[in-house]
Amino acid sequence: MSNNAEIEARIGKEYKAGFFTDIESDTLAPGLNEEVVRFISAKKGEPEWMTEWRLKAFRAWQEMTEPDWAHVTYPKPDFQALSYYSAPKSMENRPKSLDEVDPELLATYEKLGIPLHEQMALAGVAVDAVFDSVSVATTFREKLSEAGVIFMPISEAVHEYPELVKKHLGTVVPQRDNFYAALNSAVFSDGSFVYIPKGVRCPMELSTYFRINEAKTGQFERTLIVADEGAYVSYLEGCTAPMRDENQLHAAVVELVAMDNAEIKYSTVQNWYPGDEQGKGGIYNFVTKRAMAHTNAKVSWTQVETGSAVTWKYPSCILKGDNAVGEFYSVALTNNFQQADTGTKMIHLGKNTRSTIISKGISAGKSQNAYRGLVRMNPNAEGARNYTQCDSLLIGDQCGAHTFPYIESKHPSAVVEHEATTSTVSDDQLFLCRQRGIDTEKAVSMIVNGFCKEVFKELPMEFAVEAGKLLEVSLEGSVG
Amino acid sequence: MISINNLHANVEDKEILKGLNLDIKPGEIHAIMGPNGAGKSTLGNVLAGRENYEVTAGSATLNGKNILEMEPEERAREGLFLAFQYPVEIPGVSNLEFLKASVDAVREQQGKEALDSVQFLKLAREKCKAVNLDASFLKRGVNEGFSGGEKKRNELMQMMLLEPQLCILDETDSGLDIDALQVVADGVNAMRDPNRSFIVVTHYQRLLDYIVPDYVHVLSDGKIVKSGGKELALELEQKGYGWLETSDNGAA
Repeated sequence: MSNNAEIEARIGKEYKAGFFTDIESDTLAPGLNEEVVRFISAKKGEPEWMTEWRLKAFRAWQEMTEPDWAHVTYPKPDFQALSYYSAPKSMENRPKSLDEVDPELLATYEKLGIPLHEQMALAGVAVDAVFDSVSVATTFREKLSEAGVIFMPISEAVHEYPELVKKHLGTVVPQRDNFYAALNSAVFSDGSFVYIPKGVRCPMELSTYFRINEAKTGQFERTLIVADEGAYVSYLEGCTAPMRDENQLHAAVVELVAMDNAEIKYSTVQNWYPGDEQGKGGIYNFVTKRAMAHTNAKVSWTQVETGSAVTWKYPSCILKGDNAVGEFYSVALTNNFQQADTGTKMIHLGKNTRSTIISKGISAGKSQNAYRGLVRMNPNAEGARNYTQCDSLLIGDQCGAHTFPYIESKHPSAVVEHEATTSTVSDDQLFLCRQRGIDTEKAVSMIVNGFCKEVFKELPMEFAVEAGKLLEVSLEGSVG
Repeated sequence: MISINNLHANVEDKEILKGLNLDIKPGEIHAIMGPNGAGKSTLGNVLAGRENYEVTAGSATLNGKNILEMEPEERAREGLFLAFQYPVEIPGVSNLEFLKASVDAVREQQGKEALDSVQFLKLAREKCKAVNLDASFLKRGVNEGFSGGEKKRNELMQMMLLEPQLCILDETDSGLDIDALQVVADGVNAMRDPNRSFIVVTHYQRLLDYIVPDYVHVLSDGKIVKSGGKELALELEQKGYGWLETSDNGAA
């Protein structure tokens, strides 16, 4: 058998988070209209302004059409066939402490490697656990509040810190920004809210773990992170879902606000169910992530994308203030029939703003992997600089790697650099490894990890190790 | 050590090896010489189990085990080492990481404990020194940006770390200047051992001034057509290969 035939024969990944938690849930009947939006808002006991904010988004969404410019093909989701709210029954009366949370829910997170009991938790990481449409628990809240850090489900923040939420929500990603952002703005159910006060360096890593459990539901979480002047925070999100034959929709919005001299580091390890070897099932991951960086602020996006059937995602930075810095480090791995169209937008508004883009795309199986990135130097962006490096690695001969860079420079002093490479895991490399006693799987994993090194070093250490392992699992059986 | 009988092998449906016989005892060095296209490199690749080299008949046993049935990595763990003519680059994977994975795999097969990182680093540095490579090469990607000579010395370093039973050197002298050749030869000579055998594949006699073989074989058209002692290499140097190709005698 030729190497490629073997590669094909052995493709098939083992998805370890694919179990389903059998728990009684309160799931809204499928369908979407103003009543549903009002229902979700009422379920959360939201104030009038929030309900109106949602309705405004819903009305805008109704007039919009799905974007079709991405290099992905999939049957359009039937938005009337989805349920827009699902929550475990036991969460009806919000448990006041972890002891009151349904043990079945806690067990689910433990199985995923995210213990929610603080004494068992990963040292130095506070977790908000979101299950379908609600937040189950948020750890270390007290310890964080001592430092003045607010870390809570956004549904609670609407009640407890309405002024902060009102001030920032939708300022980075407006309600009518795009089709999915509008949908999210109308029906978002939960997500995390973070506020770091002036001059505070958040004492712990913050993390949100998203879990889709119920069938035929969509998850629409909304995350808002505000780092006030001179503050610092490092935040990580993780995601998984059960293995199902139908596709499920995940349309999130993440907004980051970095005030003057603040720094936000946002890392994602996305491992939504990718579908099976025939391309059946899997999550549609249509996500809008954007940051606003004020004077001297720095925002850094790091993402490791291994899951989802279809990914449409462009974590971006608006470098509004002078000297603001934006970074985007990405590893996107696709296998089997997965499709990814991902990249970033760096919008340089301020003087001497700088941005760095390092994108590593890995395609295996019959997958399609596209990098799409925009670098825009506005007329005031004097002395702005961008450096972009886009590398693609192909495993096997039936996958595709694509690069779509867009560069718009409207200031003569702005400097934009773009480098791109495409390489393959060659038979010669594999033979060298095997001749030295290293088996093929280990060899591929070593080569792929080596290819991603520049991105992994940007992740918090515990997660860099996890990310390496995740790649290994995702590539399992992709070579003979 | 290794016993090759009537070995036939195809590459892309073309027969390259046409009944090759070779018997090598522990501690011996055998040189394989021959004109271009005779099948010299094919022999190493077939023994190491490279893809697209199809064995159609014959056998090859290493210490009594039929290696032709084994995966390439199993052959390597059994002690077969092929030093490549053109070592490939693996960007991003550090030499040290690669070497450790390799030594770990081979030691595991031999039932030895894995070396910890500190022990291994010490050992790897020693070997670097032995082949005249700066220790900084351990941090660089495997063969990434190495010169031709550095790649060959890197191969030699791997050989020293793995301590194989049978070393096959595939035109290791190609592209080496005289100083690098000396380093490689010194390394090989230092590894000579009553329990280790070498197959030295080369086009030129020059290498054999430095690595003195016990036997010299001439491979032509997929078969060994003449065998002799080290003096045969000198004869070939003077007469070329032409006089052998037409003669039928001397097949080993």
